[in-house]
Amino acid sequence: MPKDGIGESVKRREDQRFLTGAGNYTDDINRPNQTYVYFLRSPSAHGRIRSLDIAAASAAPGVVKIFTGDDMAAAGLGGLPCGWEITSTDGSKMAEPPHPILAQGKVRHVGDPIVAVVAETREQAKDAAEMVAVDIEELSAAVDMSAALQGAPFVHDELESNLCYDWSLGDKDATEAAFAGAARVVSIEIVNNRLVANPMEPRSAIGEYEAATDQHTLYTTSQNPHVIRLLMGAFVLSIPEHKLRVVAPDVGGGFGSKIFHYAEEAFVTWASKQIKRPIKWTSDRSEAFVSDAQGRDHVTKAELALDADAKFLGLRVDTMANMGAYLSTFAPAVPTWLYATLLAGQYQTPAIHARVRAVFTNTVAVDAYRGAGRPEATYLLERIVEQAARETGLSPFEIRRRNFIQKEQFPYPTPVAVEYDIGDYEATLSKVEKMADVAGFPARKAEAAARGKLRGLGLSCYIEACGIAPSALVGALGARAALYEVATVRVNPTGSISVFTGTHSHGQGHETTFAQVVADRLGVPFEQVEIVHGDTDRIPFGMGTYGSRSLAVGGAALAKAVDKVIEKGKKIAAHLMEASAQDVVYEDGAFKVAGTDKSIPFGQVALTAYVPHQYPIEELEPGLEETAFYDPKNFTYPAGSYVCEVEIDPETGAVEICNFCAADDFGNIVNPMIVEGQVHGGLAQGLGQALVENCAYDETGQLVSGSFMDYAMPRADLFPTFKVDTETTACTHNPLGVKGCGEAGAIGSPPALINAALDALSPLGVKHIEMPLAPSRVWAAIAAAKPSEGAAAATMAATPTAAPTSAAEPAKSESKPGLMGRIFGRS
Amino acid sequence: MPQVSMTVNGKRMAGEVEGRTLLVEFLRENLRLTGTHVGCDTSQCGACVVHVNGDSVKSCSILALAADGAEVTTIEGMAAADGALSQLQEAFRDYHGLQCGFCTPGMIMSAADLIKSNPNPTETEVREWLEGNICRCTGYQNIVKAILAAAARMRGEADPDFAAFAAE
Amino acid sequence: MYNFEYAKPDNLETAKSLMAREGAQALAGGQSLTPTMKQRLAQPELLVDITGLPELKGVARVDGGVRIGGGVRHVEVERSAEVQAAAPALAQLAGKIGDPQVRNRGTLGGSIANNDPSACYPAAVLALDGVVSTSNGRDIAAADFFQGLYETALEEGELVTAVTFKAPMRAAWMKFPQPASRFSLVGVFVAQFADGHRVAVTGASESGVFRHGDLEAALNTGGDLDSVAVSPSGLIADLHGTPEYRANLIRVQAKRGAAAMV
Repeated sequence: MPKDGIGESVKRREDQRFLTGAGNYTDDINRPNQTYVYFLRSPSAHGRIRSLDIAAASAAPGVVKIFTGDDMAAAGLGGLPCGWEITSTDGSKMAEPPHPILAQGKVRHVGDPIVAVVAETREQAKDAAEMVAVDIEELSAAVDMSAALQGAPFVHDELESNLCYDWSLGDKDATEAAFAGAARVVSIEIVNNRLVANPMEPRSAIGEYEAATDQHTLYTTSQNPHVIRLLMGAFVLSIPEHKLRVVAPDVGGGFGSKIFHYAEEAFVTWASKQIKRPIKWTSDRSEAFVSDAQGRDHVTKAELALDADAKFLGLRVDTMANMGAYLSTFAPAVPTWLYATLLAGQYQTPAIHARVRAVFTNTVAVDAYRGAGRPEATYLLERIVEQAARETGLSPFEIRRRNFIQKEQFPYPTPVAVEYDIGDYEATLSKVEKMADVAGFPARKAEAAARGKLRGLGLSCYIEACGIAPSALVGALGARAALYEVATVRVNPTGSISVFTGTHSHGQGHETTFAQVVADRLGVPFEQVEIVHGDTDRIPFGMGTYGSRSLAVGGAALAKAVDKVIEKGKKIAAHLMEASAQDVVYEDGAFKVAGTDKSIPFGQVALTAYVPHQYPIEELEPGLEETAFYDPKNFTYPAGSYVCEVEIDPETGAVEICNFCAADDFGNIVNPMIVEGQVHGGLAQGLGQALVENCAYDETGQLVSGSFMDYAMPRADLFPTFKVDTETTACTHNPLGVKGCGEAGAIGSPPALINAALDALSPLGVKHIEMPLAPSRVWAAIAAAKPSEGAAAATMAATPTAAPTSAAEPAKSESKPGLMGRIFGRS
Repeated sequence: MPQVSMTVNGKRMAGEVEGRTLLVEFLRENLRLTGTHVGCDTSQCGACVVHVNGDSVKSCSILALAADGAEVTTIEGMAAADGALSQLQEAFRDYHGLQCGFCTPGMIMSAADLIKSNPNPTETEVREWLEGNICRCTGYQNIVKAILAAAARMRGEADPDFAAFAAE
Repeated sequence: MYNFEYAKPDNLETAKSLMAREGAQALAGGQSLTPTMKQRLAQPELLVDITGLPELKGVARVDGGVRIGGGVRHVEVERSAEVQAAAPALAQLAGKIGDPQVRNRGTLGGSIANNDPSACYPAAVLALDGVVSTSNGRDIAAADFFQGLYETALEEGELVTAVTFKAPMRAAWMKFPQPASRFSLVGVFVAQFADGHRVAVTGASESGVFRHGDLEAALNTGGDLDSVAVSPSGLIADLHGTPEYRANLIRVQAKRGAAAMV
């Protein structure tokens, strides 16, 4: 293995520019003669626009032009498209209402853009926006999902309902039968709280148009510039690919929120042509709270059937998922194919049925946020398994071990349409049990009690589906795009290598790890390899970075492209060495004739490819550049076990995380340092959700937590030093054997923390608590539990966020559980 | 329009601003020193931290005119002229104390102020000091390590034994 | 932000004449005012930067206490030997306001003139029987100075020049932070003087900072604070806590503060 190859904690090459202030983020870019746009947004959650007067504002100092929804309609612009179509259980297609760039007729959430003011400076645009007279007739708002399903007010009048779809997965009859034969049924009702992704870089976009060439350029804070080019070019603005360049330069974090195509991007691209000047928009943080797609927001009722030995027999799930006011790019897929398919977890539950209703409300759109569906599934499952442990009197470790899929059972088809290729759940559980010194917990608990603190230990065993995704499969499930990945490996004449990847790095360190992969596979020095990403004019194609897919899919494309380079190189080398190509092997950066001492270094082959004086020119084109598309055969299934220990101050309700241990199986690891960093970051977001983060709306649809003053961002003092470690079972179906690590921490950690808190609080009679564990909420739960358990139950029922879902109605048809199994095959 | 002048990273800089121009706007737009970032509008995230007369401050909460005549240091002034990183920057790289890089300039400027006033901070002191710096990527762990390691190096000591650290 | 005229006087007299102008607003550290103006929630015509006034600087021991200039920054109070000697709890309070960058800019005068209901300093001024000196030559007792949410006894254009705190026998500052803003969800300053205890509470009440008589009485009589009924009436209800929760925190923090006094 060369230095700095696969498995080495190579220090990141992107750090030099970030550490010296030389990064190039979208807001750092200014274009000649640039203007600025400010979006005047709806202060109301729901209302009808009675009138709009821009006359005075248009005459304000510095104003270039003001645009309204009528201008968009007159130009015949499309609305923002949704990239995934879900089919309801009854066979009908999901409701897909229009999503205009600027509001037309109605406003549907606080922050819905109404007017775009383009001016010479940011402040002039804001000054002028205050002079726009908007008269909005306030309508009552649909906010709570249960109420929204009961009838008016309707977010989209033409739908005469707030239901987007009513979908189900799994064998309903088999599940009913499992419950009929159960020795015990455990039930739970939980809320998965809405979150705001809040990457530290607010979104920004610059649109620029060159009339002489009819060329559009969009600089934008995106995780997937090609996807934006496709969605915006084809569906919104009708600009063909060759006339539209999308650049996503350095991007300051995404976590899902920068996957989606947003109105502001379409506006600056289109309007820059109208005014013939570049237009820049940069979001304020307060604006981001009402314009970036948000995450999670499920209300779920679930039941788990067990036999007398606490073996799981069946799982029944009924979920309401909030879509917000409009369908964001991937929104419909998140609570369905990224959620219900993971409900088997690490367990051998034979029958599972899930019903999911997606609901429109007068709130900001909800879409994928780090984990996307999988955290919701894991939270539900690991809470109900914990509840089962408590009700059966088994330890949390024992009940899980009894139900684990055993390592010799892989490949393992689950009853919710996926087939796990490989795993070893006992290995990660045993590892975390040791790391967390679970045996020593009783002593720590006693010591805490002596200080007046309640100490609890919580476990969570998660699985996720990453490496999104096999195109034929997701196509069958409603995706309107493919999800392969693309890489080009260009060997330059002197042997240096330029790699063009369709994934996008916004913190993940691809410029380092992808270079490690190429250097390792080619046996060349790491320094010789440069990674290029983020520009549709430089990269052939790509689907971007999300769903922990970059290495598992993008890295696999890279490996394929490298292999193609080696194959061509063998032919060139064979010619040079007067041998047969079949006899040439590639080892340690050199082409060799097997069984002889004949050898030509890689660099000489590269030079020959570009200076083909002695070359098989009749059979082979000059040059050494290969492109590969890699379409994955299956998802990858990272899994792991997490243990959290907390101490609760019963007088104030304050919760302190004392200890957190994570044992993950990510398959093969390219750069352990970067993987650890990804786990830390995921844990901080998952623990943030469980402990402090909460995106809250009041009953009128006003966002109560609309800035960092009320939306708690995790800070450094919230966490102890995490202990993280890995076990490895290599993925069986991609060339690198990798699974993905970006989302695990956010998926596995929330139930570990809540289970720890309930472990601490259960002696007081507290049986249930919602995220986040705000001190006031913990204190109220303790206070309510004190007199009697009955009082505690009454308080829980009265918790406004814990609105019960209505009972599941009989479904007419079911999505076929064997669908994915059939596509993947077993062998 | 009012005139403002200040010494930025050792160089005398002057320009025309409005009364309402913030120091961060003057740095980013007038001087094109775009390493200082803006991540919030409520003075909490700390992406904009710079040094004014030696103290770390949030440049989004100070008017450019209020810094008239001041000595200002930004992230661009932390490395040597030849690009050689300072010990603090080097430690951030060694310990993977950054991912997307957006909060990093503010983190570095804040940490530099900590080490100046407290050359031998504990892990708890580092975590508490960073109350005004939000990072969404790293979970802070490697930032804390980087700062502790940088402080040790500046004291002429070896890096702390972080394996023992996590086992505590 | 709306635009405005900016002036930075170098002496109090000039500052006073500038402050007498229509639409004038004093700018101290600007850690509350600047964000407020960025949200366009304030529209001063003239911003008078008072950070260059020598009359507002300095910390000095005075008979039975410590006098701190209105323009003294939190970081200076935190690290002041005089303050640490006279009232270590006051230094501690200053060291927990906001974050290090806020403490490097924010001032005592700016904080109490703003009188945010969740600010820390007002609790100390009230608990340490502070007297607020102003540019109009007035000395205002703490009890008269704070007059409800963002309201003080200051007149138009009047600046806080100094606050004189009495040195307690013992005192403690107990801050329970709101998880997002890190302002006080409830902050309790407990101080013991020869003539009894003072308990001042910030962050909790819809009427701003206040003293809690029943808790003071219980401390004066050596009573059990757990048995004191703290009424939730008039306390703040928001995303982060109910009035009942805040009432509980007042009692718990007062109890812990009494035990922790130094």
